[in-house]
Amino acid sequence: MSAQIRKHFRAEKFDFTSFFFTGLTGLATLFILAILAVILLNILVNGWHALSWHFVSTIPTKDFFDANTTGVLPMIVGTTIRVFVMTIFVLPVGVITAIYLTEYAPNNSLVTKFIRAAVNNLAGVPSIVFGLFGLGFFINFVGKNIDTILHNPSAVWGQPALIWASLTLAIMTMPVVIVATEESLKAIPPGLREASLALGATKLETILRVVLPQALPGIMTGGILAVSRAAGEVAPILFTGVAYYMASLPHHVTDQFMDLGYHVFVLSTQSPNIEQTRPILYATVLVLLMLTFALNIVAIVIRARVRKKLRALG
Amino acid sequence: MGIHRGHRARPVEWLAEKFIFLVSLSAIVMVFLIFLFVAREALPLFFGETNTALVQKPISTADMDKLTPAQLQKYLELTPAQFAAMDKDTLKSLMDVKQEAQDEIPEEFRNDPDAQINTTDWRYLLLPHQWSHYDKPEYIWQPVGEIQKYNIIPLLVGTLKVTLIGLFFAVPLAVGAAIYVSQMARPKIREVVKPAIELLSGIPSVVVGFFALLVMATVLQKLFGYQTRLNAFVAGIALGFAVIPVIFSIAEDALTSVPRAYTQAALALGASRWQTAWQIVLPAALPGVFAATVLGFGRAIGETMIVLMVCSASVMSWSIFDSARSITTTIAAEMAEAVSGGPHYRILFMLGALLFAATFVSNMIAGAVIQRFKLKLEGKR
Amino acid sequence: MPKLNVPEAKINSHGGAELIHIEALSLYYGASKALKNISLTLGEKVVTAFIGPSGCGKSTLLRCLNRMNDLIDNVRIEGGVKIGGHNIYSSDVDVIELRKRVGMVFQKSNPFPKSIYENVAYGLRLHGSQNKSELDGVVEQSLRSAALWDEVKDRLHSSALGLSGGQQQRLCIARAIAIKPEIILMDEPASALDPIATARIEELILELKKDFTIVIVTHNMQQAARISDYTAFFYIGELIEFDTTAKIFTNPAKKQTEDYVTGRFG
Repeated sequence: MSAQIRKHFRAEKFDFTSFFFTGLTGLATLFILAILAVILLNILVNGWHALSWHFVSTIPTKDFFDANTTGVLPMIVGTTIRVFVMTIFVLPVGVITAIYLTEYAPNNSLVTKFIRAAVNNLAGVPSIVFGLFGLGFFINFVGKNIDTILHNPSAVWGQPALIWASLTLAIMTMPVVIVATEESLKAIPPGLREASLALGATKLETILRVVLPQALPGIMTGGILAVSRAAGEVAPILFTGVAYYMASLPHHVTDQFMDLGYHVFVLSTQSPNIEQTRPILYATVLVLLMLTFALNIVAIVIRARVRKKLRALG
Repeated sequence: MGIHRGHRARPVEWLAEKFIFLVSLSAIVMVFLIFLFVAREALPLFFGETNTALVQKPISTADMDKLTPAQLQKYLELTPAQFAAMDKDTLKSLMDVKQEAQDEIPEEFRNDPDAQINTTDWRYLLLPHQWSHYDKPEYIWQPVGEIQKYNIIPLLVGTLKVTLIGLFFAVPLAVGAAIYVSQMARPKIREVVKPAIELLSGIPSVVVGFFALLVMATVLQKLFGYQTRLNAFVAGIALGFAVIPVIFSIAEDALTSVPRAYTQAALALGASRWQTAWQIVLPAALPGVFAATVLGFGRAIGETMIVLMVCSASVMSWSIFDSARSITTTIAAEMAEAVSGGPHYRILFMLGALLFAATFVSNMIAGAVIQRFKLKLEGKR
Repeated sequence: MPKLNVPEAKINSHGGAELIHIEALSLYYGASKALKNISLTLGEKVVTAFIGPSGCGKSTLLRCLNRMNDLIDNVRIEGGVKIGGHNIYSSDVDVIELRKRVGMVFQKSNPFPKSIYENVAYGLRLHGSQNKSELDGVVEQSLRSAALWDEVKDRLHSSALGLSGGQQQRLCIARAIAIKPEIILMDEPASALDPIATARIEELILELKKDFTIVIVTHNMQQAARISDYTAFFYIGELIEFDTTAKIFTNPAKKQTEDYVTGRFG
């Protein structure tokens, strides 16, 4: 150690290791972002010129491979309807479960731990297993029994249908809704609940009048994320209701439906002339992406706004 | 008077609370049901009640009465409910049908030793076997044809190949990015990058598979020069794309939740940001990062569409540049053609149950690790 | 609304009717005893202050009076609190009704993220009133009593979160008195406010005591001396001394009390 006090604060030698690894991890981050950008740009560039109002609004009559006459309207309708029906089921159940976990559940109870573990596990189940579940439970058990009770001569409920696909998706996306709702409930300062209770409100009244209205944007985010996720999933609907070709749009919950993602899958792997189908494929993917991405971005924006507002509340 | 009423005065409250509790139990019920109903379809397999041997000694209709009802039901491969619902004439015609089916077997198969085997026996599901027309024992999954071969080892190998490639690709990238974003970048960058990577998880796996099939496969073949264009390597990398956001998000959360006090102490002693991150923060957050990897693994083995679109041939090979079929793609691709209730159907469900068990276990492990990690941090706070 | 029954309006030696009897009250958080055998009688329509150093249990005791401690896990009570002759801890007491009679203002003001009007009307709507003119009337009266009316009368439907800290706290007071409780509990209501806002709250309390019984927890001794009629001094969960404010601050009976009020510890 030098006896003189060093007059400047410069390092003796260049810290190569730190520089190298900082750069490396930064590159890793950039690389991931680059992947995102490449995928999005590739689809945008290739799909944009094949997209047209005609494409989006036509019901194709038979030939899916003719770029001039084909359309994806029934697929858009199928995707949208199944996601809509799913929301009817998943939002109430998910929100109520989240309310129980945040507002009512005693901290150390075994049941609470089981419920949380169950929710975590649901989040990790592979999507194809959900498809099998939909087949084994909804179609082969519930559906078959409904047919038996109603004395249907041929399978009406005991076969792939919109309702079963939607229910399967509802179970699959429940964790998303629960987590988003819980997050928004926990962000509400406990002082608000105390104020309400001190005025002689019951717990239920406090939840309905003070807590839920505050949590609404967060719940909406959860719903939107669930919808966005479900719209892009193909594996769960493979055996539970999707069809490659349906002559008409679905008009009853027991009908089968067409789907954007499934269409992409079939066209990619089974088209006879990939060069001819390329523009159709890209356009379809672009439509699907626009649908899911738009939803995702809306959810992220709402979430950011809510976080800012809550921070101001303190 | 006024304040003298117990909680019985508010039945609506009480009812509402019970109702909310019951609805919340649905999560547990669902997990239970999923396992139950997937395993249910596979049960006959576990009890050895399926027999796919092509040539089975038929029991002539005349000898029908020599069998007990239980034996008859087993021979005709009916469930108890179906058996009870049938009358003697129906049973007789079923026996005739079975006799005819045996008579219709082509000559070349009658003498084939393979035709005598019950190919759904565990021995054939797991161990290699030398089939006729092959010169050595092989693991073969080929459910189509007169003699169906159900060895699941190629599927397990395929799953592992693709998953491991995906993880080798994704883990360094995701963890590296997590370290950078949480420890070394400015907070403003974190606010932009985190949602951006989340956006990557918003791309449906069909789209990733599509991109891999149409763009990546060709590009990678040009880069690396292997023979099969659509192989496990491409599928693995594409799988990595889908898994990166999962690992990144959890690892980043774990790194950020390490108390700031540690970072500041190290920095105040003159450590660089990288040294702090590598020597102090990462070791502290290791359980969380480990859990992130385990969850990434679970996501990877469960992914279907990406691998389905890229690879399709079921080849038993350890080379990553050959095609591969995973458990998930097999189920997805073959369920539509499997006869409901038949042996193929049941094996596919068994594979599903296996997959569910594997992801269940990995989820429990990750969950337990994260719990302990959180408690440790809170204890220190 | 039926008033709390005060059967034998016992006049105590200090001249006011007795309303709240705290009888041998002990409170446990798990195994640790936070309140030790407190017995205390508080009078009607006077201001009683709870003073003492941090952690002495004064806020805990306050929260026992409207059973807000019920919300915490692991809390156990021994003994009882009688308000108007009824033990509020007996099993047939409806806590919701209790809290309508015993209101509370918190240390950190917590207006709902609703409009000023809706904040004050919240309690009224809870208890069934829907009549608009009735609500308007009570809202105005409460805001006047809280000395806030003139400042907000032109923006009743704007968000309560746009008010200053002192205004928010007066809004919380207005919200509490709108449902006409008999007793108002205040847990360090001015500790987060600047001196001017604090002075306004103190003026308000002196006005309010004409209609309400007030119990206030404060760590500011001068405040207690300024606005309370009676003072109770607590130390580590025990009641050390209780008497008129004048006596506590000029000629306390216990040495500990004297040490605290003269600032030798705290």
